[in-house]
Amino acid sequence: MAAADTNTPAISSHEARVNTQRVRRNWLLSLPAICLLLIGASGPLLIVLIYSFLEPGDYGGVTWKPTLDAWFKIFFRVDIFDETVHLADAHLSIFWRSVKLSLLTTLITFAFGFPTAYFIATRSKRQRAAWLFLITIPFWTNLLIRTFAIMEVIRNEGIVNTLAIKFGFIDTPIQMLYTEGAVLLGMAYVYLPLMVLPLYASIERFDFRLLEAGYDLYANRWQVFRRIVLPLVSPGIVAGSILVFVPSLGAYVTPRVLGGGRKMMIGNFIELQFGQGQNWPLGAALSMLLLIVVAVALLFYVRAISGERSHG
Amino acid sequence: MAEANRAAKKGKTFSVKTMPGFTTVAMICFIVLYAPIVTLVIYSFNAGNSIAFWEGFSIRWYFIALENTVVQEAALRSLIIATAAAAIASTVATMAAIATTRTRPFRGRTAIYLMINQPLMVPEIVTAVALLIFFASIKVATGYTGLGYLIIAHAAFCVPFAYLPIRARLESMDSTLEAAAADLYATPWQAFRRITLPLLAPGIIAGAMLAFVISLDDVIITEFVKSAGQDTLPTYMLGQLRRAITPEVNAISTALLVLTLVLLSVFFVLTRDRRANPD
Amino acid sequence: MNVRTLLLAGVAAFALTSGANAEGELNIYNWGNYTSPDLIKKFEEKYDVKVTVTDYDSNDTALTKIEAGGHGFDIVVPSANYVPIFVNKGLLLEARPDEMENFKNVSERWRDVPWDPGRHYTVPWQWGSTGVAVNKTAYSGDPNTSAIFLDPPEELVGKVNVVPEMNDVMGLAIMYAGGEPCTEDKEVLKKVRDTLMAAKPKWLSIGYGTTDKLSNNEMMASVNWNGSTFRARLANPNVVYGYPKEGYVMWMDSVAIIKDAKNVENAKLFMNFIMEPENAAMISAFARYANGIDGSEEFMPDDMKTAPEINVPAEFADKGQFLPTCSPAARDLYTAIWTELQK
Repeated sequence: MAAADTNTPAISSHEARVNTQRVRRNWLLSLPAICLLLIGASGPLLIVLIYSFLEPGDYGGVTWKPTLDAWFKIFFRVDIFDETVHLADAHLSIFWRSVKLSLLTTLITFAFGFPTAYFIATRSKRQRAAWLFLITIPFWTNLLIRTFAIMEVIRNEGIVNTLAIKFGFIDTPIQMLYTEGAVLLGMAYVYLPLMVLPLYASIERFDFRLLEAGYDLYANRWQVFRRIVLPLVSPGIVAGSILVFVPSLGAYVTPRVLGGGRKMMIGNFIELQFGQGQNWPLGAALSMLLLIVVAVALLFYVRAISGERSHG
Repeated sequence: MAEANRAAKKGKTFSVKTMPGFTTVAMICFIVLYAPIVTLVIYSFNAGNSIAFWEGFSIRWYFIALENTVVQEAALRSLIIATAAAAIASTVATMAAIATTRTRPFRGRTAIYLMINQPLMVPEIVTAVALLIFFASIKVATGYTGLGYLIIAHAAFCVPFAYLPIRARLESMDSTLEAAAADLYATPWQAFRRITLPLLAPGIIAGAMLAFVISLDDVIITEFVKSAGQDTLPTYMLGQLRRAITPEVNAISTALLVLTLVLLSVFFVLTRDRRANPD
Repeated sequence: MNVRTLLLAGVAAFALTSGANAEGELNIYNWGNYTSPDLIKKFEEKYDVKVTVTDYDSNDTALTKIEAGGHGFDIVVPSANYVPIFVNKGLLLEARPDEMENFKNVSERWRDVPWDPGRHYTVPWQWGSTGVAVNKTAYSGDPNTSAIFLDPPEELVGKVNVVPEMNDVMGLAIMYAGGEPCTEDKEVLKKVRDTLMAAKPKWLSIGYGTTDKLSNNEMMASVNWNGSTFRARLANPNVVYGYPKEGYVMWMDSVAIIKDAKNVENAKLFMNFIMEPENAAMISAFARYANGIDGSEEFMPDDMKTAPEINVPAEFADKGQFLPTCSPAARDLYTAIWTELQK
């Protein structure tokens, strides 16, 4: 190191020192978060990684015998009746359903969340805090009881159907509960603040004089929105869509209560392995696979977005 | 500027900020958000035992909730954990966000980013089982079984929820002001205190609010990490799910909502004068 | 501000947990909404013990947590088919309730049970059955059959719910197919799978909350527990409970002391306490299931004394079967079928 330092010109040596200092500062600043996560999340997850390579215990837990069985079982299914090996179609359809519903949830929360965040960010400073609280207050009540309340609103004899019949829109109640639509509604409801708040944090900073400039250049509203607003608030969009998409992949309560539980999502399936199914290694392997897929997708997503921004 | 003319004809002044339809969508959002909450409040006055079968008006569930110390303690415990977890998570997330945003790439930045977001990437049950096994061995070794475990677990889980809004805010901020401060010989700490922090505040508030809400809602991690006598409101509810949920919890939720609204109104009235000039 | 909130929270957290150091304590780990507060109050007053009740929502959660250790619980209330698992894993204390003073009150029927021969570990808490609930206005035929959900009559198509309890549902379906619960017989299981797959499109949902939804006509039939159906009937007189004649599932939750319990003496006092008929009746009055203690009937609420959901009619008495502890192999087969059912 010292040898390298003497060989480099003075200025770049100074720069290198500043650079090292900067890197050290960044690591120091990140340290509390890293420690917290090591103790409270990522560290213990190593246990799960190890479990995915072990044999299941008889009634939950694991037996300390290494095997790749769990990873094999994710992708292939041995028919319980004729013992032929198939692709694990059940796992695929569960995975696909989860991805599809999570993507739709993200789109819906964005479609509703963006105007809402924009609306809040364009209020007066005093009003903003109040509107922000109005967005989060429903979430102070418990998730389960909230989900049950949604159920009450959309069930066959619930408010929506009763009103629709009263005003003559329909004759017989529409079955909304226990459909994928109900799951979507419930998930969009649950994850809405996760979209609105990051968007708000981004939009609030927005310099609205830029819009004026846009209009002065005879851009119409759509052009102004697309060319000026969207690119500048893209960090908020990235944050919001990650916060909605990723957790909704593992959603558990909503699909079970509002979807009627007839079709599983990944969250329910993994829960089954750690619960009644008592196959911890399979549950562990499934969650590790999910972790890897999401991490890779996240990296590509963030790269793509930041790449686009630096070009634009 | 046809639209401006149209707006002017309607007697409104053209505002560059307004986007057509946005206010309507926002209002729809608020209505949809509050419809279930209204139902929830209504059923807290149900005379019957059900949260979905109306049998007449009564305030008996409020009396039952008032007498039920278990559910009150659970609610209080939820609030304590959520407050502590949100405070810890938003503090460490702010520091981490400053370290990883608007800085030249450095070795490990991606790793830090992925690690911070890791709690999002696995379903809660997995983190829950992992934490159970890890914390149980610490509990056995140290004999300490207090709320600390739950606070740490919640805080860690909440970090990405606090981090991402703060990061988004930072990315949307330009660094000229901080650079100017540095040019004026402000120490890094002064520059942070006086310039960065106030500018960053909306992001931190958004992050802390998210963390708070996420912690309040958490069921599965709490269910697995809690020790004896540490039920929170969500785990208390989860236990009831299999049998039947009574309007008692509606009554508690309603009481909490009212309390929140009262506190907020007081806060707004008290701060009115100092912040009189809007924007 | 953050620091101050943190400090405040820390102080409050400490205050909340510090009560746990007092002497004379008992930590009960039980199913949610299952423990009568009056019973706890009476016990606390009688023995000057501070009782804390903490909830769980499934046998597997309880098993996982107790196996991991460090939980601080003294008493747990597992279901019959989980008791042998707890015992074999060495998680329970051999408290010998059969030698306790009030053991004489335990019904003859529950003194020597397959899951705890001679009652060396556990004391009955409550027992009941898993059968079917039917709303008479929707279907007036015989409710005493598993066909209600396995081959739903025309009137009930799209209106039947199934509770997400793999073991109970599989048990009912296997008995319907003519097999024994926990069977590994592929012929029977194939029939079970085909029946379930054919029935599933006719189901409304797979979920809990049956008491409410039967009461408000949200569902017209469901696989359901007897006590839940009883409560639904009190709100909606059209609901009847059916004991499937092909065989229905019986269950019992039993009180056991955990091996690493810190308050063993208090836990034993509690075991003895709940075998007192008057106290057992309090358990039943709260959660609405039978308790297995002789002489408790006279202290029970009137509506329970004659309820057909609680007092099994003689003609169905021999149709019920307790679920044994299934072998891991059987459980894996059931999980595979259960997964295919919900894919």
